[in-house]
Amino acid sequence: MSTAIDYLLHLADNAVVLGQRDAEWCGHGPILEEDLALANVSLDLIGQARLLYQRAATLMGGDATEDKLAYFRDAADFRNYTLLELPHHGPLVGYAASDRDYATTIVRNFLYSALMVHLWDALTRSSDSELAAIAAKSVKEATYHLHHSRDWLVRFGDGTDESHARAQAAVDHLMPYTEEFWASSPAETAAAEAGVGVDVRTLRAGWDALVNDAFAEATLTRPACRGYVTQGKLGLHSEHLSFLLGEMQSLARAHPNGCW
Amino acid sequence: MSDAQASVRERILAALDALTDPEIPVVTLRELGILRDVRTTPDGLEVVITPTYSGCPAMGQIEDDVKATLAALGIEARVVTQLSPAWTTDWMSDAAKEKLRAYGIAPPHVRPAPEVGIVRFMKRPATAAVACPKCGSTHTVVSSQFGSTACKALYKCLDCQEPFDYFKPY
Ligand SMILES: [Zn+2]
Repeated sequence: MSTAIDYLLHLADNAVVLGQRDAEWCGHGPILEEDLALANVSLDLIGQARLLYQRAATLMGGDATEDKLAYFRDAADFRNYTLLELPHHGPLVGYAASDRDYATTIVRNFLYSALMVHLWDALTRSSDSELAAIAAKSVKEATYHLHHSRDWLVRFGDGTDESHARAQAAVDHLMPYTEEFWASSPAETAAAEAGVGVDVRTLRAGWDALVNDAFAEATLTRPACRGYVTQGKLGLHSEHLSFLLGEMQSLARAHPNGCW
Repeated sequence: MSDAQASVRERILAALDALTDPEIPVVTLRELGILRDVRTTPDGLEVVITPTYSGCPAMGQIEDDVKATLAALGIEARVVTQLSPAWTTDWMSDAAKEKLRAYGIAPPHVRPAPEVGIVRFMKRPATAAVACPKCGSTHTVVSSQFGSTACKALYKCLDCQEPFDYFKPY
């Protein structure tokens, strides 16, 4: 039981954290159409997170609810990939601030949705029938997210000198974080062995094919990725997650059990 | 199912048939495939609904509308959300699609047969011509893959110059 719960929380945390990040563009999109698109992508992700948290809460029993799982756990309890909690810009020193960079947003959404189309597809065969049902919906949504981000990736990469440079910088910055996809965590390994989850290593060839194909069309160079592998899914996060959660959780914590 | 149960079921279905989608008020929940079933269980009557997109913000409203309709009938029934089989636009009847078109929303194409593996994901969204709901021209372009709601894309007609929504296949 706890095998399925741990795995569901990993999937749910991924969705809610990226959903919250992408929602930061709401009202600030570079053009109206993209403002709407990002809000809709975000809505899909938060919808997926809700279904996953609901399933986890059902398995946990007691007084667990989707809201408790989303709003009343702290950063160290979250099991999302570090990639998804990073701000929408490149690395900065200290307290330096930066405007949001749309290339970073697009590259991250592309790298994540290129994984999720394969992961959701495989999870439609999960031994947890509720997770399989969530996956059957989510794979359709992830496919639209992939097409959206891939289109913009190609436009940026194969666009002007400026857009190419920013897309390449985003790729160089974010690509190393994708190594975390392939380092199976104990929760993922246990879930795969139980038939609830998927052995992440089986997804790599499909992800590589999508990434290489898109980068070639976008005239972007795939950087070599070696070195430190982030461990967000083990609860070891960057400094950015606490700030993200602080904003996301403040209302629920100020008014516990509030409703309207 | 007894005759009495069957007649209650018919009454519920007839009443629920008046309910339309909160965001597209020309098609009913049954026509959209959101209202799946009214069934008798050992625990009583159940009305089964299924969400469209995972994050569809209309689902709460839809559940409230169903509950209010049942309350007005004075019938005790639970509202159950069921995810499987996953909702698909292929469930939409031709009549419902025609209503969408008349309302100004280009109806969804039938989804292509699923292909296996990454080929399916590699492909661009089907560029099969989407006909303008105003003038019928297929001389149209996509402006954005996400429109006013997650289920729609934004298109523009190059003949009559009208922007319009396309209900995306799901
Ligand atoms: Zn037209």
